[in-house]
Amino acid sequence: MPNAAPTLRLDGVAKSFGPVAALRSGTLVVQAGSIHALVGENGAGKSTLVKIVGGVHRRDAGVVELDGAPVDFAGPAEAKAAGVAVIHQEPASFPDLTVTENIFLGREPLGRLRRIDRRAMREGARDLFRELGVDLDPDRPAEGLSIADQQIVEIAKAISLDARLLVMDEPTAALSAVEVRRLFAVARGLRDAGRAVVFISHRLDEVADLCDTVTVMRDGAHVSTDAVADVTPDELVRRMVGRDVAELYPKVPSTPGEVALRVEGLESTGTFHDVSFEVRAGEIVGLAGLVGAGRSEIARAVFGIDRYDAGRVTVGGRTLRPGDPAAAIAAGLALVPEDRRLQGLVTESSVVRNVSSVARRRLARLGILVPDAEARLARDWSGRLAVKAGALDALATTMSGGNQQKVVLAKWLATGPKVLMVDEPTRGIDVGTKAEVHRLLSTLAAEGLAVLMISSELPEVLGMADRVLVVREGRIAVELSRAEATPEAVMRAATPGATRSDAATEGAA
Amino acid sequence: MRNVLRRREAGIALALLVVIGVTTAVQPGFLLSAGGWRDLLLTPAILVVLAVGQAVVVITRNVDLSVGSVLGLTAYLTGRLFLAAPDLPILVVALVAVAAGALLGLINGAIVAFARVPALVITLGTLYVYRGVTLTWAGSDRIDAGDMPRTFLGLGTRQVLGVPVLTIVGAVVLLAVAYYLHTSRGGRQLYATGSDPDAAALQGLPVRRRLLGAFALGGALAGLAGVMFAARYGTVSSGAGLGMELQVVGAVVVGGVAIFGGSGTVAGAALGAMLLLTINRALPVVGIPDFWQRAVVGVLIIGAIALDRVLANRRSRRLAAARDTDPPATTPPGDAPPGTGPDDREEATA
Repeated sequence: MPNAAPTLRLDGVAKSFGPVAALRSGTLVVQAGSIHALVGENGAGKSTLVKIVGGVHRRDAGVVELDGAPVDFAGPAEAKAAGVAVIHQEPASFPDLTVTENIFLGREPLGRLRRIDRRAMREGARDLFRELGVDLDPDRPAEGLSIADQQIVEIAKAISLDARLLVMDEPTAALSAVEVRRLFAVARGLRDAGRAVVFISHRLDEVADLCDTVTVMRDGAHVSTDAVADVTPDELVRRMVGRDVAELYPKVPSTPGEVALRVEGLESTGTFHDVSFEVRAGEIVGLAGLVGAGRSEIARAVFGIDRYDAGRVTVGGRTLRPGDPAAAIAAGLALVPEDRRLQGLVTESSVVRNVSSVARRRLARLGILVPDAEARLARDWSGRLAVKAGALDALATTMSGGNQQKVVLAKWLATGPKVLMVDEPTRGIDVGTKAEVHRLLSTLAAEGLAVLMISSELPEVLGMADRVLVVREGRIAVELSRAEATPEAVMRAATPGATRSDAATEGAA
Repeated sequence: MRNVLRRREAGIALALLVVIGVTTAVQPGFLLSAGGWRDLLLTPAILVVLAVGQAVVVITRNVDLSVGSVLGLTAYLTGRLFLAAPDLPILVVALVAVAAGALLGLINGAIVAFARVPALVITLGTLYVYRGVTLTWAGSDRIDAGDMPRTFLGLGTRQVLGVPVLTIVGAVVLLAVAYYLHTSRGGRQLYATGSDPDAAALQGLPVRRRLLGAFALGGALAGLAGVMFAARYGTVSSGAGLGMELQVVGAVVVGGVAIFGGSGTVAGAALGAMLLLTINRALPVVGIPDFWQRAVVGVLIIGAIALDRVLANRRSRRLAAARDTDPPATTPPGDAPPGTGPDDREEATA
């Protein structure tokens, strides 16, 4: 293997967007038959690098070679044709097409007269799902798929390309543990078939589990490449951050006060059932559970985005009208949603506009917005959260995921809430920013804010929460105190039996 | 999805049958006379052709407001061609008009695809430009029946086995485009492009080519509609097809083609066109006052959109419910096989 040309070689690849250098010197060598991890903080340039390999962006400088031959893709189609399959960070499926059509779009199997052979296509999709061990109806439209299922569709699509190089940009962020295991089995199968796989993840345990080589990037440049066995996770983190991470879960002790949020008997057909809990001022309550268990839906219903069939939500003693987010905000409720790009931000708008967007009503004089007040508010909160933006009038879309999340947090904190609900507050955020977000949540709780935190990352829940509510299939399965909440206890409560965890065989594949 | 859409088209067809049935009950001649039967099939033929073209454009999350002007220009072109060369075969004239329409559509598509300006604005502009060209060219002049060959005009009213020729043309267009959309890669890519343009680009779909194709097809069909217009009415002034674009968009929306792209069928659009025009003819027959005749069309359009909304909501809810009603676990909790429990993934995230 070492004497053959590597499947992918990047050397000194650079890419700038206007004045922002997203990638200064991307260097990556991936051998055939290898699973290569690419790690680094958000904004380190990993996704930009992936997009150059996948033909989405064109590099400004540097060398990209596939099997020793220089390439310069003018578009994603060319990259695909050259045998490069990319699973991008944000799944991009077509809601109006069926799952099958999504997978085979643009390369549908053709029958007589170059007509699409729908039967062959459906069979192909079924085979892929069988290989991935998932139970997804190939004929259903992609609309309404959970993020995890969308991700699975993306993975199926990439696998069906039969590419010599498969790049996965944070494919596991939304997947359940079992789905991750299946994916890993497939990745290992590809590796053993002599393909090259690039795997991007913030979860270093996954890196250690799956990959053989790891490349660290920081600030748009290559830092190091080692065999996974030769570096400790701590060392990787140090290299990613360029400094020691003081403490990832800085929990400030606080004494719970009055009940700030009370939810009683909340019920929504087909989504969740008989959900009751309360969150006190100064307390962080974790809402744990598998992806798709209904946690986000509960939060959305509490906030009034979705209607519920029965039950009652009380904030600071006031009962909220169902389906009225404005009333919820007025009562002191804030929700930082799961999908910041789609639900949390006006990405085509500036930081100032985004931060002030909810609190704006209070900034207006006689119904007219005072621009100074708007900028002041944004400056205050951006400063407090250390938002890294070129300027406050930078568009949110140009910012890294971590900074976007800070802007969303700033937006809601600017409303002065009593209860803050955060849904996956650190998904896809780099280690350094993660710690900052945790510190912030902890500080806010200590100052008397009631925090309801939904998270799929168990260490985060266990590290931050005073109490943990475990949701299983739309019901609160158990409530655990901080002392009782061990990884085993939470996962046992969260897993609906051993259903799909017949993955035992895959582990060794 | 296909089932819902089928139901949707069945719904429009049903509405159409009800309208025909009620009107025929009031005045049997509406359907049960040679003239009634002919009008029923002939009147919507031109709008059906336009609606099929418009549906393709709308599916890509665009709209072509210039089709009325394209129809006017190509109808006038048809007349002028016959005037200039009376011996030219009808087929050649028709092909020239269709090609002219395709070119005008291509101009729309090129501006939309390359300048990335919303189609609504671009085609609103070309609506006036194309109409202006016709006005300049025709002035107060107009083409009369005497200027065109008798065989050509005959096509406008002739019937084959009791079906008007223009209706046959409309049906053939509908079938051909429906077949293309359903069975070709290009057709599915049109839907994908309309469903999520950004994702389509990220996937490496030839988005620009698809847009150009959709607008060119829409223009070509508007050109064909121009020829049909000339044959059907015999006279073409510079005002031919004025305001037709709104009728077409109305028909497409009533036919269940989502105005935000990605879903709907040309069959639905064609049925929508038939429904709109049939109602227009039916209302005076059943004695509805003039004002209400227009209002009914408006109500129909708004109703169609409201129905879409309800159906979409119901579908999302159904899909969400399906997510949770997956057969639940049979093994009791806490029984995960040792060593493969989901928890080992959660440890030590750095």
